[in-house]
Amino acid sequence: MPEARKPTDDPTGNGVRIDLISAQRMEELTSMEKVREILDGVREGNIVVLEEGLSPEEESRLIEVTMAEISPDRPDEFSGIEIETYPKTGTSESGLLGRLMGKESTPPLTVIGPADQIETLHKDETLISALVSRK
Amino acid sequence: MGLIKGLRDSISRVTDRLFAEDEQKRIGIYGPPNAGKTTLANRIARDWTGDAVGPESRIPHETRRARRKENVEIERDGKSVTIDIVDTPGVTTKVDYEEFLEYDMEEDDAVRRSREATEGVAEAMHWLREDVDGVIYVLDSTEDPFTQVNTMLVGIIESQDLPVLILANKIDLEESSVQRIRNAFPQHETIPLSALEGDNMDEVYEKIAEYFG
Repeated sequence: MPEARKPTDDPTGNGVRIDLISAQRMEELTSMEKVREILDGVREGNIVVLEEGLSPEEESRLIEVTMAEISPDRPDEFSGIEIETYPKTGTSESGLLGRLMGKESTPPLTVIGPADQIETLHKDETLISALVSRK
Repeated sequence: MGLIKGLRDSISRVTDRLFAEDEQKRIGIYGPPNAGKTTLANRIARDWTGDAVGPESRIPHETRRARRKENVEIERDGKSVTIDIVDTPGVTTKVDYEEFLEYDMEEDDAVRRSREATEGVAEAMHWLREDVDGVIYVLDSTEDPFTQVNTMLVGIIESQDLPVLILANKIDLEESSVQRIRNAFPQHETIPLSALEGDNMDEVYEKIAEYFG
C-alpha cells in the first residue's frame, strides 16, 4: 500500500479537494484497496479522479461496498457516489475473444464524488461536464 | 485483476456453461430502478406459469430482494426452453430516503425502504457475479440510456461473458425512443416491448429461446 494519501486538509474549509490518482498508484493496489482508496476519499467529501478507471469486476465491488456504507437514516453523512466515465462506443472487445486477441481495452479516466456534491451536467464520448459543490 | 487470471476465470465460466448445457439456466433481469423489470418478470411468469413474481410500483426500489421464479417453460417453434427467471432490485450508486418522501411516504417508511434498497442493490451485484447464467437487461425507452449505471452494468455483464438481451421497455409511451438505446449499445441486439401492455412479447420470447435455450 502506498504511503499516506492526505498531505494537508483545507485550512479555510472553503474548498473542494480533488485527488488525481495516477494509474501507477492504483496498479500497486489490490481490488479492495482500490475501492477503499476511492471511498475513503469520497466519504471525506473529495472528488477522486482516476487516470485509469476500474475493471468491471472492481466497479461491481465498488457499487456493492458503496451500498453497504450508506446510512439511510443519516443521509447527510453519506448517500452514495456519483461516478462518470466516457461511454464506450463501437463493438465491445472486453469479452473473452477480445482478451484472447490482446484487445483488452484500458479503462477510461473516471471521476467519482459524493452523490450530494457532484452533479453531471453533460456527458458524451469526448466530454464530461460536472458541477461540484461544497457540502 | 491480472489478464491471465481474468482469462482463466472467463475460460472457466465458458467451459462450466458448455458442460452444463442441459442444466436449467438462471436468467437475471437487470436494469436501473423503474425500468419495468418486475412488470416484465410478472408478464413472463403469468404467460407461462400463471403466477406472478412480485408487486409492481411506480415508486423506485419496490423490488428490494432478488426473487426467483423457477421452471418457466417457454415454447417457441415446437421447441421448449425451461429457465429460472430472477427479478433483481434496480441498480444504482446512490440512495437517499428523501427521494421517497416525494411519494407521500412517512419518514420512517422512507428510511426503511432506503436501507432495504441498499441491501437489495448489493445483493443484485452479488447475483450478477456469482449466480446467473444470462441477463435480460431492461431499459425504460423514454429515458436517456447513456447513464453511468447502464455503462457499468453492461460492461460487468460483458466481462462475465454472459449472454445478454437488451429490452427497450415502455414503447407504449409517446416519448419512447428505441433507436436511442440501439445507439447506446450497438454491440447488442435491442428488442422493443411494452411489458405492461404485452406489446411485442412474441419476439421477446423468440429471442429468450434463441439466447438462453
